Amino acid sequence: MHIIDRRLNPGGKSFANRQRFLRRARAQVRKAVREASGTRSIKDAGKGGEISIPTGGVHEPHLHRSRHGGMRDYVLPGNKKYIEGDGIPRPEQGGGQGSQASDSGEGEDEFRFALTDEEYLDLYLEDLELPDLAKRQIAGAKAVQWRQAGFSTSGPPSRISVPRTLRYSMSRRIALKRPKAEEIAALREEIEKLEREGGQFDALQALRLDLEQRLARSKRIPYIDPVDVRYRRLESNPKPIAKAVMFCLMDVSGSMNEHMKDLAKRFYSLLYLFLNRRYEHVDVVFIRHTHEASEVDEQTFFYSRETGGTVVSTALFKMAEIVRDRYPVDQWNIYAAQASDGDNTSSDNAVVLGQLKDVILPICQYYAYVEVGMDDEDDHPGAGEPSTNLWRAYRRVPVDAPFAMRKVRHRRDIYPVFRELFARRPEGVSAEGA
Amino acid sequence: MTTLAESKLLFKGADWDFDLIKRVHEACGEIGINEMGLDPYPNQIEVITTEQMLDAYASTGMPLFYRHWSFGKEFARNEALYRKGYQGLAYEIVINSNPCLVYIMEENSATMQTLVIAHAGYGHSHFFKNNYVFKQWTDADGILDYLEFARAYIAKCEDRYGQEEVERMLDAAHALQSHGVHRFPRKRMADLRSEQKREEERRLHGEQLFNDLWRTVPAGKRKPNKDEDERRKALLGLPEENLLYFLEKTAPRLAPWQREILRVVRLINQYFYPQRQTKVMNEGCATYVHHRIMNRLHEKGQIDDGSFLEFIHSHTGVVLQPGFDDRRYSGINPYALGFAMCCDIERICTKPTDEDREWMPDIAGNNDPYGTLRDIWANYRDESFVSQFLSPACIRDFGLFRVVDDEEQEEMNVAAIHDERGYRKIRRALSKHYDIAYRDPDIQIVDVDLAGDRKLILGHRVLDGIVLEEGDTQKVLQHVADLWGYDVKLVEADDSGVVRGEHTASPRRPFM
Repeated sequence: MHIIDRRLNPGGKSFANRQRFLRRARAQVRKAVREASGTRSIKDAGKGGEISIPTGGVHEPHLHRSRHGGMRDYVLPGNKKYIEGDGIPRPEQGGGQGSQASDSGEGEDEFRFALTDEEYLDLYLEDLELPDLAKRQIAGAKAVQWRQAGFSTSGPPSRISVPRTLRYSMSRRIALKRPKAEEIAALREEIEKLEREGGQFDALQALRLDLEQRLARSKRIPYIDPVDVRYRRLESNPKPIAKAVMFCLMDVSGSMNEHMKDLAKRFYSLLYLFLNRRYEHVDVVFIRHTHEASEVDEQTFFYSRETGGTVVSTALFKMAEIVRDRYPVDQWNIYAAQASDGDNTSSDNAVVLGQLKDVILPICQYYAYVEVGMDDEDDHPGAGEPSTNLWRAYRRVPVDAPFAMRKVRHRRDIYPVFRELFARRPEGVSAEGA
Repeated sequence: MTTLAESKLLFKGADWDFDLIKRVHEACGEIGINEMGLDPYPNQIEVITTEQMLDAYASTGMPLFYRHWSFGKEFARNEALYRKGYQGLAYEIVINSNPCLVYIMEENSATMQTLVIAHAGYGHSHFFKNNYVFKQWTDADGILDYLEFARAYIAKCEDRYGQEEVERMLDAAHALQSHGVHRFPRKRMADLRSEQKREEERRLHGEQLFNDLWRTVPAGKRKPNKDEDERRKALLGLPEENLLYFLEKTAPRLAPWQREILRVVRLINQYFYPQRQTKVMNEGCATYVHHRIMNRLHEKGQIDDGSFLEFIHSHTGVVLQPGFDDRRYSGINPYALGFAMCCDIERICTKPTDEDREWMPDIAGNNDPYGTLRDIWANYRDESFVSQFLSPACIRDFGLFRVVDDEEQEEMNVAAIHDERGYRKIRRALSKHYDIAYRDPDIQIVDVDLAGDRKLILGHRVLDGIVLEEGDTQKVLQHVADLWGYDVKLVEADDSGVVRGEHTASPRRPFM
């Protein structure tokens, strides 16, 4: 008997099969993921989890008898009261008619299984892309990273590639017919043997000559020659900026109710998830404003109340200030998402627009404005263009700026709006256009 | 306080290590081989984790398998069930190979490992090695090598012809796999090792073979006569119930690698065929063996009362048979029935009643339970096992009754219960229930229209008025049409010749 411990074997043997399965059911899984996202809480927005898809697409047909009709015969255990000749009313369809009904194993119409976080997010954020990612990568190309790229004939000793060097050395030795160490040793042995036995002077002499020649040859042809030596070459590449900062701007004045804040929060968490997938490191800055703006932590941002007027430009000034202090434009990708119910002091609109156009948009990768409303507001087709103060102001932002705005009234709109904002655009039609 | 060495105990507590497994294996062997006379394969015990167990589940328990999305689906399903706690994992998986591979889970307690080794390493292993169905059909020496070959071959095809094409081929082959076995032994025993070696030669030869389907030269003015039908059928080897075999050999448009994939699926499926025929006996044998071994270990003082109780608890769960009206009921539990029948046979051998003497005079009171059981395990399969050895006592214990559900009648009818008049009827009905040839629909390739449009004609012999399930049949037939490359027709007729249904399919994306 042998005992083998397989526990340390690499797991994930089914990984390839699982991927094939997901690819096969991709359309259905994607649909299920998107539907599931509507019912999930914010915290779980990015978690994997159980989803169910219709069995149709992943059904494996085989030849089997129908479950209805004909003459059927069952043997069942656990008889308590029946005697021969009793009648039993037919159970409702699908009531588990003995083992025959269950052995085809297709009772369920839904196929339930769990996705990992990774798989879930992949499908969830599929086809989305960060606008204007490329530009900033090149603009910020100050840092470099080194990458192995082939071999070179010069370099520091620490980067000698031994296998490569020996390979060259060997081919050179073979080509130049350098005598091998074993051959020389064998020759020596033979000479010694002849010397011990005495006689055969000629043969001995010939052997000695041979040995001498070989020794000379192996001295002339070194084991490793400087021409053999190879070094591992490095190449420098511009290092993409892997850091992003996300500014969450929100109006917290009295007119913003819990429902609107919830919508905003959902939008922010989506954005955060999305950025997190694309960047190694994502900072989040929360700026709330009434008639004055302040930077706060997440808890305060979402759950505390302020009273006061509404002056949007204060938040934009605050943001510009924070960028200046902490997030140098050449080191950070900057994203901003603003949520508001659209109220603003009329006199402030011009200031907002000016600040946005001249200061904020030039340093931003993307600026999204989400106008949140109540879901009982009229939803007739013409209502697509709200006419709030802020909306009217923002409409004057040049079309080629990295700026987008949408109106959201209901939870279920969040994800479609988000997708719309970040959908992969065909070349040249990108939001930025630069 | 006594130490382990003094007290004869194999272990104390739940922890185990490799030495312990070895000691347990020897102690079980002492009882299994020396007392019960079992003859198992040598064992190879492999310790695996939960995740590896789920992996093994997904590939029908085999340690390696080719890749296909359906295994990923299986994995996802089991994982979801397991994570939510709907379904526990098996304590062990055993592979019919030589040496016999026994996978045991690392989470098992020492008692459970003992149980598992007795169950799989001695029970199943003995059954695999000695049962005639397995001897006839499977090649325990070659299976692992063949699976390795299959996996590599299919991976190679994927590289060469694209994953999608290979997947489509496997889909089609899988759809037909229930009708891809030879039910009757042929001249040559399946020898998977030489199968693998000869793959190349065979393909070359196959390509040169004359295929009558391609005959385009008119064969003179021969008049069609009655013999023509016979001649054609003989040439194509019709009728043929092994659909995969027929398509592999005869489908005119398949490329050699496609034929080979059909063959791989067919041969692997053939390997599993005996397991489907011996579920009750196989589990009954293993459960009976572990029950005996654990009892003997306890009697000999090699396991303590605590672990014996742990064993009893788990054993009871395994052989539980819920009644038909129980929420947990999902058919007759093969462990329960098999174990009960084996115990019953032991009782009949040693303490027969008058009833037993009347029903099973051959074995009643022969006082050699182990010999009798060994003989039964070697020479029967589920269907014959039930029809020979299901005793009235067993029928009474299970409260078995037979229900007939006739479409024409208003209600279902209780046709037999556990009484004098019912025993034989129940036994016959249950035996039929385990007869694979009866349970799988009888579908054969009947004819090919060589003179006309090369339409392939299949027949389903309708029994008891039960026709094929419409949706699935249409899908499978589509696969057949794609494989065959021309139209396909399936006719469902009962024994009196009444046609109950017809399905047709035309190739949409023929394989070529």
